[in-house]
Amino acid sequence: MNILTGNDLKTGEVVWWDGQNWSLSVHDAVDVGDMGEQILAAEEAARRVNVPYALVASRTEEGVRPAHIKDRVRALGPTVRRDLAVPTASKTGWDWVI
Amino acid sequence: MYQYDQYDQAMVDARVEEFRDQAQRRLDGKLTEDQFKPLRLMNGLYLQLHAYMLRVAIPYGTLNSRQMTALGDIADKYDRGYGHFTTRQNLQYNWIKLEDAADILADLSKVEMHAIQTSGNCIRNISSDHFAGAAHDELIDPRPYAELLRQWSSFHPEFTYLPRKFKIAVIAAETDRAAMRLHDIGIQIVKNEAGEVGASFYVGGGMGRTPMIAPQIREFVPLDQLVTYAEACLRVYNRYGRRDNKYKARIKILVHEMGAEEYTRQVEEEFAHLLEQGVEPPLAELERIKPFFADPAFEDGPKSIDRSDPDFALWVDRNTVRHKHDSYVSAVISLKPVGGIPGDATGDQMRLMAKLAKQYSFDELRVMHTQNIVLPHVKIADLHALWTELEAADLGAPNLDTIEDIIACPGLDYCALANARSIPLAQRISENFAKNGRTEELGQLKLKISGCINACGHHHAGHIGILGVDKKGTENYQLSLGGSEAEDVSLAKITGPGFDEDGVIKAVETVTDVYLETREDGERFLDTYRRIGMTPFKEALYDK
Amino acid sequence: MTSENLHSQDLGASPDEVQFRFRNDEPADHGTVTVDACCDQTNATAVRIEPGDDARVLLPFLDRLALVEVNFPTFGDGRGYSAARILREAGYKGELRAVGDVLIDQLSHMRRCGFDAFAPDKPLDEEDARRAFEGFGNVNQSAADARRTIAELRHE
Ligand code: HEM
Ligand code: SF4
Repeated sequence: MNILTGNDLKTGEVVWWDGQNWSLSVHDAVDVGDMGEQILAAEEAARRVNVPYALVASRTEEGVRPAHIKDRVRALGPTVRRDLAVPTASKTGWDWVI
Repeated sequence: MYQYDQYDQAMVDARVEEFRDQAQRRLDGKLTEDQFKPLRLMNGLYLQLHAYMLRVAIPYGTLNSRQMTALGDIADKYDRGYGHFTTRQNLQYNWIKLEDAADILADLSKVEMHAIQTSGNCIRNISSDHFAGAAHDELIDPRPYAELLRQWSSFHPEFTYLPRKFKIAVIAAETDRAAMRLHDIGIQIVKNEAGEVGASFYVGGGMGRTPMIAPQIREFVPLDQLVTYAEACLRVYNRYGRRDNKYKARIKILVHEMGAEEYTRQVEEEFAHLLEQGVEPPLAELERIKPFFADPAFEDGPKSIDRSDPDFALWVDRNTVRHKHDSYVSAVISLKPVGGIPGDATGDQMRLMAKLAKQYSFDELRVMHTQNIVLPHVKIADLHALWTELEAADLGAPNLDTIEDIIACPGLDYCALANARSIPLAQRISENFAKNGRTEELGQLKLKISGCINACGHHHAGHIGILGVDKKGTENYQLSLGGSEAEDVSLAKITGPGFDEDGVIKAVETVTDVYLETREDGERFLDTYRRIGMTPFKEALYDK
Repeated sequence: MTSENLHSQDLGASPDEVQFRFRNDEPADHGTVTVDACCDQTNATAVRIEPGDDARVLLPFLDRLALVEVNFPTFGDGRGYSAARILREAGYKGELRAVGDVLIDQLSHMRRCGFDAFAPDKPLDEEDARRAFEGFGNVNQSAADARRTIAELRHE
């Protein structure tokens, strides 16, 4: 699946496109098919998100899993500060990242 | 320590307001990200993996207790209770909101600090010897010259859109504690044969993807021409540095491609021209700056230490350094607890270090490029009391310059450019050696880790260096040996094919084993490597 | 306030897309030639410097030049700042015009390097520009303007 992510313009938080809005949980991410570019341009212009991009992910039993490790780190938080993990993503456990 | 006068303060305050305005224009949609990015970068605000990151300048690594306290307070108020001290002697906050950035800058300006020019293609914060003003082996304190250059480089109208970032280091001892020759410009304050003080210029060093050691281009620049000479170096670079390829845009590439001789010739020509233009600040300015760095009122006191407590004695041996006054030492506070995150300190720890500086070190602290903190002037008589408090706050690790004193960049845990994580490696390696008890036996061993080719973790300059690379989407690590950032500067060489995480940790053990087996009396790891070369290490690593 | 000669009616009112001009003389009304052409041609009075050009080749002709345009194809290419200072250091008194990707946040530095006219590709917000020209109260370096540096002020 193709999903969208970026950082919230005001707070900098990592956000994921849930079809309507930007969510803090990667598991809310929806498949945007080939609509990615269009949604990104509109959302960036509306200043709801900063430096957004599209990426490939897969849907697994543990939720949505980005293909690249960098995006999994973004989804969960620094692996060396597990106390600061993004709460809504924590159902996956840390092995999920690596 | 340098103190702002109304001019310095007005300048920083004006910048805070300017940035407040810029950030507001971004939030209002008057600026696109493309337009805003260089402006936020000029103020040290990056967008990283998880959030905005703010990099605070600590000029030449020197700060007082009020400033350190403010850094701790900001960590608690605007961030998640901690900050990261970097190899650039700066501090980074990892979880900043754009909405708060101007307020943070305002808080910083209240204690004479800022984030100006900590990013972007401009002259960055100037680094220096972390023992400046305390070292027994320095010619004079290099910081007045660093301060003069700080003023000159702040908001320089001609050099704000250089081909690439520009880093300057100033030292004044033969011992190089600032990686001087791995900077775009390295300046060593020296005396000439006539006994006059002046500056040697080294230009075109750097790390990154093409590491280079800066050649000397001028042996002696008189002090009343220091700024003019720097201006000439920069102008030639601004005009001719490559702009077609960001990876070839640093001054090291220009000096390399043009040849040091031709570059020098052009600088000298520009220098002669600029001397006529009178761009040098009045010498009286340097004289005004100097007293700020005058020695504090040192007092004679006991010169020997009660070593009956072995833990304390170990810390004294490892973490204190000879001072120019024989009743004092410089004490290093390690930010490398075993298994910890190199360079991270909590708000509480920052405030504690500030308190200790006030109590025991004439109100001064330094940030080392090895991501530790120095209390530069501690009375030998006070050492035990100091150590006791450090121990209680998990700041007493006795490991300066050992294999546990690892430099690690933020890596893939925080950095958007990373290929692999650096911090977990540092954690596991320090745990390993703490457990197997070989740290002491290995002596001085500088291990440096970067999460990508940009080399923020100085891996090229590590006795042992580790570089994170991406191998088909998984983390992989290259090992290199034989680098040094000190006066015996050299660049490390890659051992061979890379390793996975477990593999590289094992490989570090393997190369230290080779060293222990083959070293001769008094040799450090680096010395043995230089004597026996790469082959024995390679054989041990790859011929199974 | 740095705008010695900047009158509010000048803002945006100039011809040929010059949005800000800090001079009282008549703007040159003829097109510019390239640096190469300027060196070959004995009568050109207006020239345009591209980032890769060496401003110093113009030095023998400064007397006859009334307008030098310095092009900034992208704001991040800072070579034009050195070109401007080099011309002013050599005594050039004519109009020095920044053209191209000229944005608010570069204005005060450009002014300090000797630019006295600005023709941005995209017109700038006048109020933002006015504030930018005011810049910081004081300056650290001596440059092409006559402003006294902080270090000089400290030791008067
Ligand atoms: C996390 C955000 C960071 C980013 C995006 C970043 C980016 C970069 C880049 C792109 C380079 C290569 C420059 C070049 O070769 O032209 C570089 C070099 C460097 N950075 Fe960082 N860096 C970051 C953090 C750090 C940290 C935390 C430190 C200190 C621990 C640091 C210190 C350095 C040093 C010492 C160099 C190499 C020296 C040189 O400039 O050649 N950086 N950085
Ligand atoms: S070396 Fe690479 S991974 Fe490490 S901080 Fe620098 S840019 Fe990031």
